[in-house]
Amino acid sequence: MSGAGNREAVFPTRQSLGLMKSKLKGAQTGHDLLKRKSEALTNISSYAITEITRRIDEAKRKMGRVMQIAAFSLAEVTYAVGGDIGYQVQESAKSARFRVRTKQENVSGVFLPAFESYTTDGNNDFGLTGLGKGGQQVQRCRETYARAVETLVELASLQTAFVILDEVIKVVNRRDINSELDELDREEFFRLKKVQNKKQRDTAAQDAEMRLKREAAEKAEAARGATSSDKENESGTGDILGESEDADVIF
Amino acid sequence: MAAPASAYKDRQFLAVIGDEDSVTGLLLAGIGHVTQPPDSQKNFLVVDSKTDNAAIEEAFNRFTTERKDIGILLINQHIAERIRHRVDTYTAAFPALLEIPSKDHPYDPEKDSVLRRVRRLFGE
Repeated sequence: MSGAGNREAVFPTRQSLGLMKSKLKGAQTGHDLLKRKSEALTNISSYAITEITRRIDEAKRKMGRVMQIAAFSLAEVTYAVGGDIGYQVQESAKSARFRVRTKQENVSGVFLPAFESYTTDGNNDFGLTGLGKGGQQVQRCRETYARAVETLVELASLQTAFVILDEVIKVVNRRDINSELDELDREEFFRLKKVQNKKQRDTAAQDAEMRLKREAAEKAEAARGATSSDKENESGTGDILGESEDADVIF
Repeated sequence: MAAPASAYKDRQFLAVIGDEDSVTGLLLAGIGHVTQPPDSQKNFLVVDSKTDNAAIEEAFNRFTTERKDIGILLINQHIAERIRHRVDTYTAAFPALLEIPSKDHPYDPEKDSVLRRVRRLFGE
């Protein structure tokens, strides 16, 4: 029994029984809560991903429409002004009126970035564009494009959120893989330790056996050596000539 | 998991790589910005048939890695197509990269790098 070693020392009274029961209940509740939290986190991230991808898809489609309308209004401007205003616009652009603010929102423990568009007041780079004619169309075009850009900013938020969630999920998966690998490592280590133990035991046994044999041989030799030393010399020469071996081969 | 504040705090501009009409329209919306005189960097690049891919790639690198004040990079899809390898390998969260349609080239979701990533995630 493994429980015998780390059993909590409890004095067997009715009071401590009640105490222990409440402790056990608390521990179980805590464990349940933790488990539920981890499950919720995995659920939320997959839910968020589906939700975000659905909205990305939607926003991309919307972007297609909005950009088409915007392009049309620009064509109107070109027609009204009676020429291409591209060059003029590019030259007079100096300071951005339309800017974004970047912030992060904490969505169930994952920080998702969000862009927020805002316009700075006071500067108007294109005050002279369309002053001669087509001013109305220019104005309308600017508004259309501003709305289009707002859609784009929205889409960029979604997309960045997706990219970050994607990374989070990858990291989580990697963590799982790592723990799995650690587990394998531990198993392998345990196995090696076992093997080593067994080897040590085997060598110890072999050593003991060999020692016994050697001792026996030494005893026998000592006994033989006491009786005749010339016999030993003979057997030595016999070995060198290899006669005994030949005999073995024949039979 | 929060990115450090320095990674996104100063990113307040949009940048655009596009054909003349797209750039003009977006500039009219008021996203155009030129930095202070010594280097006077524009945050937009007009691409036409004469612009070579190296120039596009250079602008792409400038807007995505060099400049730290750009929050969103808009690029026409048909131009993204010309530097597709570069766009597909771009995975950073900031600046956000957005492929937009242009007047002559309607939007094709099949080519979008992010939507392709979405599909890969769902294993389709």
